[in-house]
Amino acid sequence: MPFANSNKGVAATAATSLPASTNRYLGWSERWLPKLSLFPTLLVSGTAIYVFIVWTGVLSFTGSRMLPRYNFVGFDSYRAMFATERFGVAATNIVIYASLYIAISLALGLLLAILLDQKVRGEGLLRMIFLFPMSLSLIVTGVVWRWIFNPGLGLEKFAYDMGFVDFKLDWIINPSLAIYTLVIAAIWQSSGFVMVLMLAGLRGVDGSIIRAAQIDGASMPYIYWKIVLPLLAPVIFSATVILGHLAIKNFDLVVAMTNGGPGYATDMPATFMYAYSFERSQIAVGAASSIIMLGVATLLLVPYLYIQIRRGR
Amino acid sequence: MRSLGKLKTLLLLGMALPAVAMSQARAADVEVLHWWTSGGEAAAIGVLKEQLAEQGVGWTDFAVAGGAGSSALTVLKSRILAGNPPTAAQMLAQAVREWGQEGLLTTLDEVAAENDWDGILPEAIQNIAKFDGSYVAVPVNIHRSNYIWSNSKVLAEHGLSIPTTWDEVFAVGEALRKAGVVPIAHGGQPWQEAMLFENILISVDGGPETYRRLFVERDATAVENPAFAEALDIFRRLKSLMDPNFAGRDWNLATGMVITGEAAMQFMGDNAKGEFVAANLKPGVDYACTPLPNTQDDFLFYTDSFAMFEATNEESKKAQQIMAKTILEPIFQEAFNLRKGSIPVNQKVSLEKFDSCALNSREGLEAAAAQNTLMPSFAISMAVPPAVEGAMFDALTNYFNNDSVTVDEVKAGFVNALRQ
Repeated sequence: MPFANSNKGVAATAATSLPASTNRYLGWSERWLPKLSLFPTLLVSGTAIYVFIVWTGVLSFTGSRMLPRYNFVGFDSYRAMFATERFGVAATNIVIYASLYIAISLALGLLLAILLDQKVRGEGLLRMIFLFPMSLSLIVTGVVWRWIFNPGLGLEKFAYDMGFVDFKLDWIINPSLAIYTLVIAAIWQSSGFVMVLMLAGLRGVDGSIIRAAQIDGASMPYIYWKIVLPLLAPVIFSATVILGHLAIKNFDLVVAMTNGGPGYATDMPATFMYAYSFERSQIAVGAASSIIMLGVATLLLVPYLYIQIRRGR
Repeated sequence: MRSLGKLKTLLLLGMALPAVAMSQARAADVEVLHWWTSGGEAAAIGVLKEQLAEQGVGWTDFAVAGGAGSSALTVLKSRILAGNPPTAAQMLAQAVREWGQEGLLTTLDEVAAENDWDGILPEAIQNIAKFDGSYVAVPVNIHRSNYIWSNSKVLAEHGLSIPTTWDEVFAVGEALRKAGVVPIAHGGQPWQEAMLFENILISVDGGPETYRRLFVERDATAVENPAFAEALDIFRRLKSLMDPNFAGRDWNLATGMVITGEAAMQFMGDNAKGEFVAANLKPGVDYACTPLPNTQDDFLFYTDSFAMFEATNEESKKAQQIMAKTILEPIFQEAFNLRKGSIPVNQKVSLEKFDSCALNSREGLEAAAAQNTLMPSFAISMAVPPAVEGAMFDALTNYFNNDSVTVDEVKAGFVNALRQ
């Protein structure tokens, strides 16, 4: 055991030569201290994440109702879950929400970054203004946008009071359009963040490439499309992964803005899980929906992990 | 006690960190979980606090806001899983049932026998306070679900009177809408929509019988009764008499609209009265409470009750017993229910100091008990287990908010719900 030997060595040599022992001691601490100090964090996150994933998985195969019970019933709760229409609504909603949210946030963030990259005056201030929504809690964002969209309080009433009596903005109370109000609020929250990521990426693009292309007579849109965008691919990829996981775990925004309503038209898998696990005493069904969410998230993350691991080699 | 052992294992696994500080209540203090946070309700719970203080029992308030207590019950669950239950918790009938099945509630039979609970509580209420034949909860009050609350001044101003048939409801509503008043203040939350529906159901022909079969006997074939479809039809048509901003509105905000005169009526249980009382309004003068059309002798009830958890030391047990006894004493029953808007659950308490709404409620209670239409409200978790209730709420709220949903889909939803 090198561990035991080096300790003995330290004790033996300490009396004779101080510098040598210090070196050896440093060598030991350099090797073990980082691991030792990371250990508590690893232990906590290991249990808090992986143990509970396994436990949730186990619960999803039981007949648990209000409290966990370990009477295994196979896939019953999965069957019950897929039979509820509400889960279908939640699944459709997350697809609409995630795809629009990711696509528009990326496009808007990229556009803002390109515009801001044109050496505009007051860039620092503008950057801060655009990034600012990200610093708000989603609850605050949700409440503010709920008021903006509320026909009796927000934009519709404002337009009405201005004299535009025919102006209608009642998306939030319309079951088939309410989901898009969530998309808008979420885009408002994160496109500034995407902009900052993209801006950093743009700054990393070598200016001489662009100048060379200009000399060759390429137009600016063409240069951005054919040269800059491909160079930004890693940034776009990271941004997609970040936005993707934000979309899947979306819970607070829904709770603050629509609370799943009207009816349950804006229910999401996360709110579905909460309602079944904690309000309706159907922990098993809630657990089953968590496992499905985990499965989908994993499928989305696998390409990312694959690339990361290959790059690591 | 095996289940307690299991709970401790759960605790070791680190599950369910409670969202609240886990301060241990001092001996002979009671820590009480409740969701009475709106104006009238907070005043009502304050009475219990005073009464207990007079008997040397301290009070640790543990209020979790949220209508019908769904948030409070979530917090309660995490406290119990953490092995640190409060002394007592406000619960509705189905929750009492569930916790009773977990074997975590303490029996109150001793206090009940000493104070003759069997003699002072209506039988339908006894059934709700008991689990396996033993009292495990103390009922506090009786609420009535089937009420219309109206602002008398607004109706008088437009020369209208309180509607007594559904045709009149729509005629009066139309007149109010033309006059620029919101006819019906509604809160767009699933339980409020369910409450509106249950009351419409008992008001139509054959409704009370359908209600009993569906929600009390859980007989899914009752959805085929014509009353069910008729009630759904009225339910959706009423939407035309509401303002468009009701989505997600809390019930007390809707009551506030009637109080200020922005709206003329609200269909709500008599928890609404607490808000009128807190606003210093007089029944019969400023506002009126009227049963829904054709439901004067029917009574959908909900009661709040306190369930007590198994206490570990003698002093806490003593405090629990004092609390249980105090709750049913006439002094508290009167003071509390005057503020809460409900009527005393203790039938021996005189209604001398109560207003016309309370008298109307007790009259309705007696009439309904006599003709077997004193039934538990399903919207307030009195009748069916949470899983069934949730699925029914889904079906109703979806039908109400989405005009493309058909009556048959609601029927199918109910049939599925009853299979849960």
